[in-house]
Amino acid sequence: MTETLVVENLATHFFTKAGVVKAVDGVSFRVGRGKVLGLVGESGSGKSVTGFSVMGLVDPPGRIVSGAIRFKGENLVGKSEEAWRSLRGARIAMIFQDPMMTLNPVLRIDTQMIEAVQAHERVSAEEARKRARDALGQVGIPSPEERLKAYPHQFSGGMRQRVAIAIALLHKPDLIVADEPTTALDVTIQGQILAEVQSLARDTGTSLIWITHDLSVVAGLADDICVMYAGKVVEQGSVDDVLDHPLHPYTNGLLGSVPSRNRRGEPLRQIPGMTPSLLSLPQGCAFQTRCPRADAACRHNIGMTELREGQFVRCVHPHQEALA
Amino acid sequence: MTVYLIRRLMQAGLVLAVMSVLVFLGVFAVGDPIEILISPEATQFEKEEARRALGLDLPLWQQYLVFLENAVQGDLGRSFVFNMPAIQVILMRFPATLELALVAMLWTVLFGVPLGLWAGLKPNSVSGKTIMAGSILGFSLPSFWVGLMLIMTFAVMLGWLPSTGRAEPVTMFGITSSLWTAKGWAHVMLPSVNLALGQIALVIRLTRAGVREAMLMDYVKFARAKGLTQRRVIGVHVMKNIMIPIVTVLGLELGSLIAFAVVTESIFAWPGMGKLIIDSINLLDRPIVVAYLMMTVFLVILINFAVDVLYSVLDPRVRLKDSGS
Repeated sequence: MTETLVVENLATHFFTKAGVVKAVDGVSFRVGRGKVLGLVGESGSGKSVTGFSVMGLVDPPGRIVSGAIRFKGENLVGKSEEAWRSLRGARIAMIFQDPMMTLNPVLRIDTQMIEAVQAHERVSAEEARKRARDALGQVGIPSPEERLKAYPHQFSGGMRQRVAIAIALLHKPDLIVADEPTTALDVTIQGQILAEVQSLARDTGTSLIWITHDLSVVAGLADDICVMYAGKVVEQGSVDDVLDHPLHPYTNGLLGSVPSRNRRGEPLRQIPGMTPSLLSLPQGCAFQTRCPRADAACRHNIGMTELREGQFVRCVHPHQEALA
Repeated sequence: MTVYLIRRLMQAGLVLAVMSVLVFLGVFAVGDPIEILISPEATQFEKEEARRALGLDLPLWQQYLVFLENAVQGDLGRSFVFNMPAIQVILMRFPATLELALVAMLWTVLFGVPLGLWAGLKPNSVSGKTIMAGSILGFSLPSFWVGLMLIMTFAVMLGWLPSTGRAEPVTMFGITSSLWTAKGWAHVMLPSVNLALGQIALVIRLTRAGVREAMLMDYVKFARAKGLTQRRVIGVHVMKNIMIPIVTVLGLELGSLIAFAVVTESIFAWPGMGKLIIDSINLLDRPIVVAYLMMTVFLVILINFAVDVLYSVLDPRVRLKDSGS
């Protein structure tokens, strides 16, 4: 079976006046058909830029400098803008973080949906409208026919995100890149949206890249997980492996900073310090400045090693005791 | 909506009332028109007679009340110089000014918006930077100097366009205008360009700022993520958003173009209201000055109102607020 998406050694750099920002620096992962990949990391870890790279939507001064993005076997890096455009929205769709900002405030919902249909298929406005209405119904928006005539500001945040999801689903894409789509919503809506996206993806065989900083979201949703730090993948593997016995001190720290019932009363563990500036990364492991296990050996670059079957980590001092 | 309209109407009335007092005081301070209108050889008695005939012998507050009483009935006084109702004199000149202002507006939209769009989409390109540098010139060069340079270049040296005056108006489809003929366009070309230059510069900067801001918005990225062509993203998604501030400013500018085309009309001897007001101030023709200023205020209020209505058409969020009030 061919994978829906294979990303190999992707590097996306931003050429700013202050220097070259290596927002994504040698990232590799694969997403199988109908599978969900959780891309986890703090703000500035490069997870969103990875998502935009897959969409071909990296704006100057940023660009993909090397690596390959193989979508159903075909490398997209270096393709023309028109080739990207014909894939975007049709085969690869995206859902954004803030539903209050993603819909154009001065255009009606039907305008924004019909244009999305007609961008990829030569159909009449009437036919496109019918498709739009069905898509709204599919994501659970009541009386879709009337809602089509509304403007975005007449919807709540959760409803707007549903509209955005409906737009993403219009062409039954093979892959959806979801960039923290539930972060801006309250918890009950978040749960509904997660459940809906999951079932829709399962029904249509759509693969998902779910970008988030929220490990609890990933735990219930993803098949595989990729933990990013400062533009690099530091740990990847199946969701159960990574969450049950994290090998990288950073993953361990992330999990420790999630409040849990089992550690009630104890102070919450946190990762000290802040994400380092991507302009002045330390030599070797980027996490060494905040890592409890760091020593002189961490100043050397190391690659990913497979410490368990299917679980890779980039660390000199991994939590191997978890394996024992 | 009705409440809104009534409130606007009351505001407009108040503005007009305050303006009328200010204008009246202003022209009173400028000087005594009798000294200019009557020949210096006239006797004291003749002067008193003329003063009484024009109603200038009354105290200022009484003059104002008389003016107000007549104004309410639609009479803004008779011109001392033309011996015709002031409003009629002004309205005779109004089409020429309106023509000039509208043509200048046309250039503003035709050049300002596309150039601003280009500069906003390619802010670091040579062409984008050239446009921005040019717009600074458009802002800062004094309009009278540019007018003279235009005349020097296109009328005197090249001889392509006439330097002064307006072509004979022609009536077509019930509209009388000099723009129905090619000669009319040749005449309006230089003054309208002169008048438009500052406006074009303003619209370029406004459009560029709007585009640069809009291009960073999530809805633009989302529109691109839908697979829309760049043309549609910019032409529909970006343009519709940046038109809101542009229309507001254009409306306000149209008002000031009509009201303050004074310099341009003087340089190019364009027979419009601006030239009339300058002449009238020189001759202390009070009724014309007062009537002109009152009409200008009325016009600006009217245009502002039209802009507000247009605004609600362009921005759906404004409509909602209206129905709620």
